[in-house]
Amino acid sequence: MRINLVNTLKLKKRINVTPYFFALPYLILLLVVGIAPTIYALVLSFLSSKKAFVGLTNYMTVLTDYRFFQTVLNVLSYIAIWLPMMVLGVLLIAFLLDVRPGGFSNGLRSIYYLPGAVSGTAVVLLWLSVLDPSVSPFAFALAPLNQGDVFGVVNKIGLPTVFALMAFTSGAGGWIVVMSGALSGISQEILEAARIDGCDNWQLAWRIKLPLIIKNVIFMLILSFSGGFQLFAEPQIISAASSGTIATTNWTPNQLAYTYAFGLGNFGAGAALSSLLMLAGIIIALIMIFKTDFYRTEA
Amino acid sequence: MSRIIVRNSSRPKKARVNPLFSLLSDSPRLLVLLSFAVFFVVPLLWLLIAPTKSQDQLIELPPLALGSFERLVLTWNNLVSFNNYQMVSWVYNSIFYVLGGLLLNLAVSIPAGYALAMSDFAPRRLILIMTLITMIIPSAASTLPLFLEFNALKLTNTYFGMIIAGGFFPFGVYLAFIFFSTTIPKDLLNAARMDGATEFQVFTRIALPLAAPVVSLIAFFAFVANWNNYFLPFILITDDRLYNLPVGLATLLNSTGAVNPSNINDLPIKRPEVALAGLMIAIPILLVFLFSQRFVREGMIAGAEKS
Repeated sequence: MRINLVNTLKLKKRINVTPYFFALPYLILLLVVGIAPTIYALVLSFLSSKKAFVGLTNYMTVLTDYRFFQTVLNVLSYIAIWLPMMVLGVLLIAFLLDVRPGGFSNGLRSIYYLPGAVSGTAVVLLWLSVLDPSVSPFAFALAPLNQGDVFGVVNKIGLPTVFALMAFTSGAGGWIVVMSGALSGISQEILEAARIDGCDNWQLAWRIKLPLIIKNVIFMLILSFSGGFQLFAEPQIISAASSGTIATTNWTPNQLAYTYAFGLGNFGAGAALSSLLMLAGIIIALIMIFKTDFYRTEA
Repeated sequence: MSRIIVRNSSRPKKARVNPLFSLLSDSPRLLVLLSFAVFFVVPLLWLLIAPTKSQDQLIELPPLALGSFERLVLTWNNLVSFNNYQMVSWVYNSIFYVLGGLLLNLAVSIPAGYALAMSDFAPRRLILIMTLITMIIPSAASTLPLFLEFNALKLTNTYFGMIIAGGFFPFGVYLAFIFFSTTIPKDLLNAARMDGATEFQVFTRIALPLAAPVVSLIAFFAFVANWNNYFLPFILITDDRLYNLPVGLATLLNSTGAVNPSNINDLPIKRPEVALAGLMIAIPILLVFLFSQRFVREGMIAGAEKS
């Protein structure tokens, strides 16, 4: 009995020292790359370019900039088109695949996943071709728009829709995999019971399966909203790729922050806007960690 | 009992249905699924075929008609030799940033996930929560703050800065944490300790060999996240010799007007050439997708994809 006690005490002592050793390299990175930048940006946001404390001046600069409100409106209109597109598209495909699981469904699911390989610069390049009536494989669908060249088409469809299409094609496949996983986890007995009660496939999807995977749908919505609000690459690249014909260098809040820091050399205002965006991200993250059970922190 | 009877009677029934009839009754479903497949895949096919055609052929031939191999070679030469073989250095940079970030990431996240899962030390919960917060916040939100800090530390325009920024991948730590806490019993480690193994030996001889699946899982997600990254290198790197492929391609699009129909110039970089550059970004990821479908499925279903 005594020996056992001594052993466990020894064990405990050893365990208490080593975790720090194993976690240390990560802790350094977490501090330097994960946490310090946020704190540094927050500090900068209260300083002038000469590093003097200026209170909320930088925040006022940003919030009274006429472009700020417009950028928020832009990302919200993009999100308003993209999220319904994702929910409808992803759920429709996942439910239809789930009607008959098997090799064919798995093959299709892999196909939907492929466009995920094309994102950022490549997805902009691709869509500037897909929406160009002179080269597009979907030219027949663009013809009725009768808008001349690619810029006419982009104008006609609207930038929020164009960015939503890019995000949908490169992101839907991953979420289809997630939803299919959730659907395949539903107990066969529940589905069997519903069928015996006379559910057809539509009722089964709407009344039984959807409520059972609604958590995953909400998860997708929150993460997509959070990511959509931070949009940067696609509008920045489409503006470069069109040599400025599609003028979107200040289309999203993140781009405006970049313009402050790089274009105007006003690091304080850039940091202020970044801090606001970071705050939005942190709030969403805290809600997901503490108000939902999406993530496990304890084994 | 009755449930079993129902199951037994429903299965053979399905098997007896005429396959043609089942195909017909299934056709609306197939139509929707196949239309989506066309919508997703035809643009990719177009991208694959585009470099085999000339600029004029892209317009004159049907969109999915194949060009010629000679033309593909010409497209390749135009692209690669442009601006004194700049493309080649972008490819090298991309590989260097991604591999460097990936190795650093694995080196820090596997031991950290192991420590968080296997030991109960004071700041454990705080570290887990910070990991989750930094993981859920979209990386675009932290990019400009990261620039401000790196600018002050003089780490912009350096390989080192790009690699430590890419090496911080909290999702990897989370995956490792989940893996170790669900698959490796603590008793196994304790048994090794009883046999006289040091803590370091317990990790390298027992935990690490068992962790192969999660290593590939983390490597997959870290590769996909870093290879396509535009915002971070765009903002940390202003020296065009240090660009990665996505930033390089965006610059190429900008300077040549290759996808801008109103832009007419004599540069050899036209739509086929930039399509090929786009493929150079997409194909490594496509290959990784094809060879690691199982990981993808498991990892995404594990519950947290950072998008």
